[in-house]
Amino acid sequence: MAITAPANLVYSRPESMTNIATHYCPGCTHGIAHRLIAEVMDEMSIREMTIGVAPVGCSVFAYNYFNCDFVEAAHGRAPAMATGIKRVLPDRFVFTYQGDGDLASIGMAEIMHVAARGENITVIFINNAIYGMTGGQMAPTTLPGQKTTSSPSGRDVEQTGYPIRMAELIANMEGTSYSVRRSLHDHKQIRKAKKAIRTAFEVQKLDLGFAMVELLSTCPTNWGISPQESLQWVDEHMVPVFPLGDYKIAPIIRDLRV
Amino acid sequence: MPRELLKGNVAMAEAAVRAGVEAYFGYPITPQTELLEWMSHRLPELGRVFLQAESEVAAINMVYGAACTGVRVMSSSSSPGVSLMMEGISYIAGTELPVVLIDVVRGGPGLGNIAPSQGDYNQIVHGGGHGDYHSIVLAPSSVQEAIDLTVLAFDLAEKYQAIVVVMADGNIGQMMEPAELPPMLPIKSEYPEWAVRGAKGRDHRILTSIYMNPEDEEKTNLRILERWNKIEENEIRYREYFLDDAEFVVIGYGTAGRVAFSAVRSARAEGIPVGLLRPITLNPYPFAKVAELANQAHAFLVVEMNTGQMLQDVQLAVAGKVPVEFYGRLGGVVPYPDEVLNEIRRISHEPIAVGVDPRRNWMQRLKTEIS
Repeated sequence: MAITAPANLVYSRPESMTNIATHYCPGCTHGIAHRLIAEVMDEMSIREMTIGVAPVGCSVFAYNYFNCDFVEAAHGRAPAMATGIKRVLPDRFVFTYQGDGDLASIGMAEIMHVAARGENITVIFINNAIYGMTGGQMAPTTLPGQKTTSSPSGRDVEQTGYPIRMAELIANMEGTSYSVRRSLHDHKQIRKAKKAIRTAFEVQKLDLGFAMVELLSTCPTNWGISPQESLQWVDEHMVPVFPLGDYKIAPIIRDLRV
Repeated sequence: MPRELLKGNVAMAEAAVRAGVEAYFGYPITPQTELLEWMSHRLPELGRVFLQAESEVAAINMVYGAACTGVRVMSSSSSPGVSLMMEGISYIAGTELPVVLIDVVRGGPGLGNIAPSQGDYNQIVHGGGHGDYHSIVLAPSSVQEAIDLTVLAFDLAEKYQAIVVVMADGNIGQMMEPAELPPMLPIKSEYPEWAVRGAKGRDHRILTSIYMNPEDEEKTNLRILERWNKIEENEIRYREYFLDDAEFVVIGYGTAGRVAFSAVRSARAEGIPVGLLRPITLNPYPFAKVAELANQAHAFLVVEMNTGQMLQDVQLAVAGKVPVEFYGRLGGVVPYPDEVLNEIRRISHEPIAVGVDPRRNWMQRLKTEIS
């Protein structure tokens, strides 16, 4: 009797994920974030009603891993592209999946205005404080003093400014109903992250306006440390700069049971 | 439909509405803003989508998203705004989606001014965004033609999964003249097999412009080129005026073509055997027609509201068989028919310098004229 017999099955691939090995580096938390979104799509039975918008960055190929319709945006423009889809198909679920360079640097105008409009979409924001796809350059969320290939002596705030706290910024927009920051660095945080992603999709289901979940994530390859050390690094270095928490939860959402 | 007195921008907007546009995304910029303003009340009253974007960059990417769902979608702008849209236009081309864009061209470069110009011919006809693709480019010379070409633009965009640019100029956008609007078409109820609308009861679909494997990108480039070849075979459009016995041929499009038409008629009244070729599709360009005319004409005169951008396409088609002369006004200045008439008189009566860039001589004449 195999332990994979249906009766013994406690863990399997969500229907909302395709059976394709991802291109992500070992220890990268993109896989966790993808899985959480797919589990939420399964639980809400919205896979066939969902259109994802992939960014430019490491998750540029996210569309290969989700078993729902997907489009691929230009760098930073996912919120605008999602707006075009959502306005034409208001009864579909539309979400973007964006990294820190995509969302907080080149796409800053698009993300602020999609929130200001209260566009009824869900944004999953992966913040790992570095540009992954291009090989480890400074991001808008790179920590002060953090070494990257374009800040080789460490980020000098005198020259390059300070990390941008997006969950707090988005919370200031009146069109935002839900803006929270979670992390993927341990089991407890991952469970909280999933609940936040579920809530963000429920917000969309109820037409309650803009929702964003920021997820602190790792990049062992470009940070130059092991996956294990990367998880610790998030906890010790990123969380103090990017505090976990709820930055805006519209009153009606507090009563949601997810 | 009765003829009405219509402003070009409003006429193009209403033509798009009647052609079944379901969504419009744009940003205010003179001299096209009336188009956006018309859409802002007209589309919501029909239950369709209007959204003023935060920038032209966002507007074209909203268009990109909406186009992925298979509906008829458009934007409009003017030169500096269209420059900002070039990124999105390239992505749309790479994803092989049908989109209509109206560009009401104004004086440039830079902020330039808000007067009519044709300074963006090279940007729209020969280039624009990065990568290997073509846009179909239609050039109206009257409000009526602007209406007709806007309707045609949606049909061509869908037929060839291509971007169609109606390249008007500030004059076409701003002037009022009597014109007839088309009947209201119903909006689509069926969507193409590639449209992304949710994977209900089918495999999931992906729309993207990324092909990491160069061999796949090469195939994509070839697929786009094959479609373009069909466009070149089937969609070249132009108007001919007095060309049957013409010994001198004027070529101009849009407002410059219309001004040239007045000049050609006056020259005919003086007994000069001159005709006009007015290209309507600037891309694909009527190269074969120009080459054919090069066998009958003694000389060509190209008239544009730029420094001679289409001139180079005419020179390519004429291939040195006969002289090609040039007359242009720049920076938002529209030529008067008399200026073009004087040029027609000159080329028909005076010897034409050969082996010289016609723009050199034109520049000298123009500097004398305006000093």
